[in-house]
Amino acid sequence: MTDLIEVKGIAKAFGGIKALNGCSFTVQKGDIHGLIGPNGSGKTTLFNVMTGYERPDAGSVNFNGKEITGQSPGKIFRMGIGRTFQLTRVFSRLSVLDNMLIAAQHQHKWFKSALRSPGQGGERQRALDLLDFVGIARLAELEAGSLSYGQRKLLELAYLLMADPDVLFLDEPAGGVNPTLINQLTERIRELNAAGKTILVVEHNMEFVMGLCDRITVMHQGVALLTDLPATVRSDPRVLDAYLGGVEEEAEGGDPDSMADATFTQADRSES
Amino acid sequence: MSALTKTFKSMSKAKLAAVVVAIAVIAVFPLVFTNPTVTEIAIFALMFMATSSAWNGFAGSSGYFSLGHAIFFGVGAYAFTIIANDFKMAPTSALFFLMPVAGVFAMVAAVGVGAVALRTKRHTFVVITIGIFFIFQLLGFNLNVTGGASGLQVPTPSNWNAATFNNPFYYAAAILLGFTVLLYWIIKRSAFGLQLLSIRDDEERARGLGVPVWRVKLSAFVVSAFPVGMAGALFAYLIGQIYPQTVFNPLFDLSWALMTLVGGIGTIVGPLLGGVVLESIQQYLNLYLSNVDIYLIIYGVVFLAVMFWMPRGIVPTVVGAVKRRRGTPTGPTSIATSDDKQPAKPDQTAGLIVTAKGATE
Ligand SMILES: Nc1ncnc2c1ncn2[C@@H]1O[C@H](COP(=O)(O)OP(=O)(O)OP(=O)(O)O)[C@@H](O)[C@H]1O
Ligand SMILES: [Mg+2]
Repeated sequence: MTDLIEVKGIAKAFGGIKALNGCSFTVQKGDIHGLIGPNGSGKTTLFNVMTGYERPDAGSVNFNGKEITGQSPGKIFRMGIGRTFQLTRVFSRLSVLDNMLIAAQHQHKWFKSALRSPGQGGERQRALDLLDFVGIARLAELEAGSLSYGQRKLLELAYLLMADPDVLFLDEPAGGVNPTLINQLTERIRELNAAGKTILVVEHNMEFVMGLCDRITVMHQGVALLTDLPATVRSDPRVLDAYLGGVEEEAEGGDPDSMADATFTQADRSES
Repeated sequence: MSALTKTFKSMSKAKLAAVVVAIAVIAVFPLVFTNPTVTEIAIFALMFMATSSAWNGFAGSSGYFSLGHAIFFGVGAYAFTIIANDFKMAPTSALFFLMPVAGVFAMVAAVGVGAVALRTKRHTFVVITIGIFFIFQLLGFNLNVTGGASGLQVPTPSNWNAATFNNPFYYAAAILLGFTVLLYWIIKRSAFGLQLLSIRDDEERARGLGVPVWRVKLSAFVVSAFPVGMAGALFAYLIGQIYPQTVFNPLFDLSWALMTLVGGIGTIVGPLLGGVVLESIQQYLNLYLSNVDIYLIIYGVVFLAVMFWMPRGIVPTVVGAVKRRRGTPTGPTSIATSDDKQPAKPDQTAGLIVTAKGATE
């Protein structure tokens, strides 16, 4: 096992809110790595920093031993990291199929291919196959903006696969997806992993995360609390504290030192 | 060329027939309507159909609303006139071949303008293009080569038959139109065209998927300057005299935008329809009512009416209606989907407490 991605001391504040506050952890090559934590713990912000959509105030991100901190999204993508968005970003006025073909554009020499029609050389078929892979092939001709949230999530995954990066960052891939499709989604992600992709996935659905991931990092208030195997994370008291503490702090204005109190309050609450 | 023949083959018979008819009508028009006033209106209509198409080819596809494309009209007009004068070229039909050269000058100007203006965000872009436009107009007024406020005289054919004087200009405009439509028809079906549309929808996301956004935007901008520059040259040759305010005309961009929006932005036929209707009306009013500005009122009324009843423009609305009548599915409503959860930012913390608690037990 080798370290593929190394996050060191990332800090990022929005005005007074410290979304990330010295976050460090590593992702091993070939893992399905889960990233969990309560709402607002900084998971999406971390994704944004790692993929160049947000510039960190401090810290560094290394990928394959090379520093990628502060690079542009396009450059980081070309180095092999592709991502999806929590609030989906599809090309809403283009058809689902055209969305897929956009993601394949970077695989051609631009000057040579600019005037050729997109989807040639089996690309169209590959796009349809991938849409089928995530279960939305029947929607291929629809305008992407007309899809439901869950369908757009699946489209984002599909076009990311079309782009075919080595590493996939998935921000809540199961969010809004029909519950009957979630098992299928787990399977798809496993297949991708078996085919050699390293995957970093944010997800609130605990069953999904625990069943899928090789390793899990728990985020809390902009810090990575711990990184460990699912079984260990499951039984670590700090994880429970993080979730419960997070709830309390939202109510009380936040004090990281009062986690023990927060647990207490929770215990009281569950009795009543 | 195989890609081109393939796309020709992919056209439906009805569309192909419509194209053939349109070409035939344009070809015989000046033979049927020989009145020079009518052919002059027709020349302007063709010219504005072509330039609207070019404007739409950039702005409609990329989502960057340019109000500075008249720069390229002016540069084309001045390049044509200055070259023709300096090299003492005779005013014959051969002078029409100077149009592409003027178009290339316009493209060179577009590289410079685009390199500055395209660095900004969409709404800033609109303002920046206006600003740069006025710099060019100011240069037109103040440079020596442009003749300043008194403008430049363009050599005019003196031995052409007065009755058919307009015809060479008419056919030059028709060829310019044919070229421009073909150009954008090819682009629309190309990877380049698709990349432009992805920039229109979500530029940052396109960049994050490896689309060379900068290159695509700048190329589209520069390409669209070519037909506009040629139109400027044709205008100069036709009118015989150019002034900074007649070729660097701020109303051109408004016209192109209006023609495009009324006809249907992002479509091939939209700017053609908007161009032929609105420009014909404008020229007609100019010639017969000799009231130069009344067309602005008409433009405003037409624009408001169309935007009120058909916000997407005439062509998309009509095409949509026809498809619906035929029962062709056009929208998502015809497909039943199983997972119709609406986007909601789920606050799953509550659920997690249960899960996390369960985990520790
Ligand atoms: N662009 C922004 N401007 C201001 N505050 C922001 C911005 N982005 C994130 N934040 C804040 O930073 C904190 C971390 O947000 P982030 O979206 O990273 O959390 P998250 O772990 O992804 O949460 P969730 O589970 O709800 O998706 C939150 O308090 C959020 O309000
Ligand atoms: Mg998030």
